[in-house]
Amino acid sequence: MLKTFRIGGIHPNEHKLTANCPVTPLAIPRQVSITLNQHIGAPANCIVKKGDTVKVGTLIAEACGFVSANIHSPVSGTIAKVDKAANAFGQYTTTIVIDTEGDEWEESIDRSPELKEEITLTPREIVQKIAQAGIVGLGGATFPTHVKLTPPKEFKPTALIVNATECEPYLTDDHALMLESPDQILIGCRILMRAIGVEQTYIGIENNKPDAIALLQGKAEKYPGITIVPLRTRYPQGGEKQLIDAILHKQVAHGALPVSTGAIVQNVGTVFAVYEAVQKNKPLVERIVTVTGDHIARPGNYRVRLGMSMRELIDMAGGMPNDCAKVILGGPMMGKAVSNLDSPISKGCSGILLLDESHAHRGTVAPCIRCGKCIMACPMGLEPFLLAKLSENHLYERAEQELITACLECGCCAYSCPSNRPILDYIRVGKNAVNRIIRSRKQS
Amino acid sequence: MELTVSPAPHIHGRLSASQCMYSVVIALLPAFAVSLYFFGVGALIVTLTSILSCIVVEYLIQKFLFKTKPTIGDGSAILTGLLLGLNLPSNLPVWIVIIGAIVAIGITKMAFGGLGNNLFNPALAGRVFLLISFPTYMTQWPVPGTSWWSYTDAETGATLLSKLKEEGSQWIEQVNIPDLWIGNQGGSLGEVGAIALLIGFAFLLYRRIISWHIPVSILATVFLFSFALGLGEELSTPQTTNAWQHAFDFALIQLLSGGLLLGAIYMATDYVTSPMTSRGMIVYGISIGILTVVIRQWGGYPEGVSFAILIMNAFTPLINNYIKPKRFGRA
Repeated sequence: MLKTFRIGGIHPNEHKLTANCPVTPLAIPRQVSITLNQHIGAPANCIVKKGDTVKVGTLIAEACGFVSANIHSPVSGTIAKVDKAANAFGQYTTTIVIDTEGDEWEESIDRSPELKEEITLTPREIVQKIAQAGIVGLGGATFPTHVKLTPPKEFKPTALIVNATECEPYLTDDHALMLESPDQILIGCRILMRAIGVEQTYIGIENNKPDAIALLQGKAEKYPGITIVPLRTRYPQGGEKQLIDAILHKQVAHGALPVSTGAIVQNVGTVFAVYEAVQKNKPLVERIVTVTGDHIARPGNYRVRLGMSMRELIDMAGGMPNDCAKVILGGPMMGKAVSNLDSPISKGCSGILLLDESHAHRGTVAPCIRCGKCIMACPMGLEPFLLAKLSENHLYERAEQELITACLECGCCAYSCPSNRPILDYIRVGKNAVNRIIRSRKQS
Repeated sequence: MELTVSPAPHIHGRLSASQCMYSVVIALLPAFAVSLYFFGVGALIVTLTSILSCIVVEYLIQKFLFKTKPTIGDGSAILTGLLLGLNLPSNLPVWIVIIGAIVAIGITKMAFGGLGNNLFNPALAGRVFLLISFPTYMTQWPVPGTSWWSYTDAETGATLLSKLKEEGSQWIEQVNIPDLWIGNQGGSLGEVGAIALLIGFAFLLYRRIISWHIPVSILATVFLFSFALGLGEELSTPQTTNAWQHAFDFALIQLLSGGLLLGAIYMATDYVTSPMTSRGMIVYGISIGILTVVIRQWGGYPEGVSFAILIMNAFTPLINNYIKPKRFGRA
């Protein structure tokens, strides 16, 4: 019997249209836009000005404090402007615009295709290198990786868990990466194992990717301490807590850090970026993006320079289908709907999903019939219908007692609701209010 | 181009509330077919009257009292009507059926605010109201398979459970158990065919409309409790040679006769009036099982499923309040 997490979960139609598309490199965009808050934490500090010339890999914005990340130029050329511009969701943020000229890389970067297996750096140097390269969680959370590799002193990591589940429907960028660069991923695991001082790595892959499981299983024999764990396909298996539960059979207590179970979880794309940073000295300047949807002409997994506009990427994949009514950054369960297509691809962008008119709208809301399907689906063991009701009625104290802050916002409740109730919308509002109350209580 | 923007999730499971309702209606069709076979045109008249009056009552209340858009299409009134019909004897006069529908929809459901707000199962409340108000009409059970064209003039007889109550458990020697499986027994028109009811159960489980927790915990409790009673009785005052066989037959008859299967599979599982967590469902199911046997054994009525479910409906908010799902991280 295949492993999986123990509470709740759903299995939506997988729609992995691009599962058999190998990674396709795209032409370098003529212009890129780089926002300074591509990660969780403080926005980076811009260190270039209009007219400066940069190469691929030149540092253009510096991490501002510990929880923050460096940003490097993904192209070579001239800084056209540093100004406020609308991001994908219409909010104005500081953006560096670079006009591309040629494709000249920083000399320190090793662009040779050879695999470099030998790991020479000390754990401390590895973490520094990762921080310098501006690597963040590439699964979409964009939490700075060097922070995650430096857990509080009281915790001693015992295992590295690599999240290669790709549990969101439609997305296949991790799948394509595993088929393209299995050795780099496994070396990346060895690097991270040294950095955090553990002897064991588990790579969790859902069993809807049998080719990736077989390929990595074959290669992993060469690398001591790495185990491939096939998992039963179920959403939200890629949630950090769910994945630890599935693989180690341990549940993170409410309010505790995941590392309290001894596990440090990294996305497989992040592991690949770590390999490139540590072994090849290459900062995070490109990533794989799945462009998909039922009606797009050339869906695929594209290797994209960060900062390319979404519109340009969609055009290269065959252009906007006529019936496209909704564009989602990320997967359909947790991704965000986009209002501005002229905004750039950022570090956390795993996919662009184009939905047609028939899938762009929600169904008519009907009364709650107390069927309990949201409870069965909730992977945190909460009662979503109740949390939504409490939030709707501003009963925040009770909502806190009912553990509203444990909600992952995975969307299983709203997905399962036969009455199309906006359960998660209400929970989000309530969760924010409760978090606000908790913060003000701590201050006073 | 205008893009739609809304918060995640952007896809939906596509299971709607009305699909749930209609799936239960479909699941009940085999049992309805059995009742047509054994009770003839009376079963048809009673069931159609019940469905139609439930729809009309709900429509009128929504339109003229609530002044909202009627939601007959969601199938909940149809399902209530079908369930009420299946819970009545096939020789019940039309006017009584209509009163039952008014109580079920008008008082039990709409007076509490309509779909999702009622405390008690509408169909069961309607049936119990009729049972208390019209005891003579409600306990004249047509003999199955006599004449297809008889309605209120049908030849009547006692149900198995009432005979058992009057004549004591030694009477079970005379029961032909295969008749109970196929539905050749007196009773409410939809409750007689055990196999047909179980086919519907399998369908509902397969479509994931209901979970196993409530029906299985009710049926297991009734079976085990009855088995223990049968065994205890035989051991204290032996009447047959094989006490175990006697106890097993007694328990099986308790399981297959009366409204137990219909109640456990289709009425106790009503979303609105049953607990929402799986642990709550099991507490609820076991309680219904115990109450059913207690009423059948020691109560004034030969049958106790309806009362047991209604009593536990009243406890459902309490169960929901105190029995929480297994939280992540507290395993």
